Amino acid sequence: MEVIKIIGTDDTPSVTLDANNDLFEISGRSLPEDVAAFYEPILDWLDRYAEGPNDKTVFNFKLVYFNTASSKLLLDILLKLEEIFEAGNDVLIRWHFPDDDEDMEEAGEEYADIVEVPFEQVSYSMD
Amino acid sequence: MDGKIDVKEFLEFVYSFYKTMRDHQVALVYEGDVTHQITKAFTSLTEANMESQMEDPSTQKKVFHVMVECLQNISKHAEVIGAETVSQHKDGTGIFLLSKGSENYNVTTGNVLLKDKVPVMTEMLDSINLLDKEGLKTLYKQRIKEGRLSNKGGAGLGFIDIAKKTGSKLYYHFLSINDEYSFFVFSTQISRNN
Repeated sequence: MEVIKIIGTDDTPSVTLDANNDLFEISGRSLPEDVAAFYEPILDWLDRYAEGPNDKTVFNFKLVYFNTASSKLLLDILLKLEEIFEAGNDVLIRWHFPDDDEDMEEAGEEYADIVEVPFEQVSYSMD
Repeated sequence: MDGKIDVKEFLEFVYSFYKTMRDHQVALVYEGDVTHQITKAFTSLTEANMESQMEDPSTQKKVFHVMVECLQNISKHAEVIGAETVSQHKDGTGIFLLSKGSENYNVTTGNVLLKDKVPVMTEMLDSINLLDKEGLKTLYKQRIKEGRLSNKGGAGLGFIDIAKKTGSKLYYHFLSINDEYSFFVFSTQISRNN
């Protein structure tokens, strides 16, 4: 499969989707001017990936900030991963949050409540 | 500003404007089109200011968050009086104010909206204000599951999220402009003691 590699900016996240190397990650800040346009290629990629996923998919979210418009699209990504999991594949979401950021931790908890997919919270230090 | 009297009046206005801003501890004020560039500029300016004043990191994040949602509310929902079609005003216009007291930051916005939206807005804001933290989380999860992005790119989650992150009430007021339009003022607080 083709690789998606997007370098983040101050308002868009870094994205790596590389099935051959088992790399699935979204990190940084997300408040794109046009959220739907930014996330569309990512969701399309996941649709194609779902047709023949790896035995195990570990998807890392390492966001420091996202706006509410992005939160809906992040849920759409999680729902695609849920589909892959429900089709009998091994999927793990790793939700990384800065250890002093309760709001980001809570955002992870809320997503974990909504989607039926193995979900792990991982705190990290910003120092 | 043509003629001497107008100039003098204007210069006096500047001084009284300055005093009013000082009295209300206004740190940033803007009136005009709220574009994505404006949102980015104001948030990064405010971030830099808070950083240099060694504001608590949690407060910094909350202020950033509320500013983005409030500016996007104007950008996506403000009406322009007399505009015939949506395409005539891509980005909404309004006023944005950030003020800073010893205990709180206040983020305040004002924009024109159609009068027939007032009852729906009132009901929504009042219902959010009745909820506690758990209630807000439940509502947020329910909305994000049901919700679709509007054609303006909003998720309908902004006010819930602001209430959830600040723990503050959403203060608002509608002022009648004419038969068709009202002016919506919205304000919320972020505590500096997190």
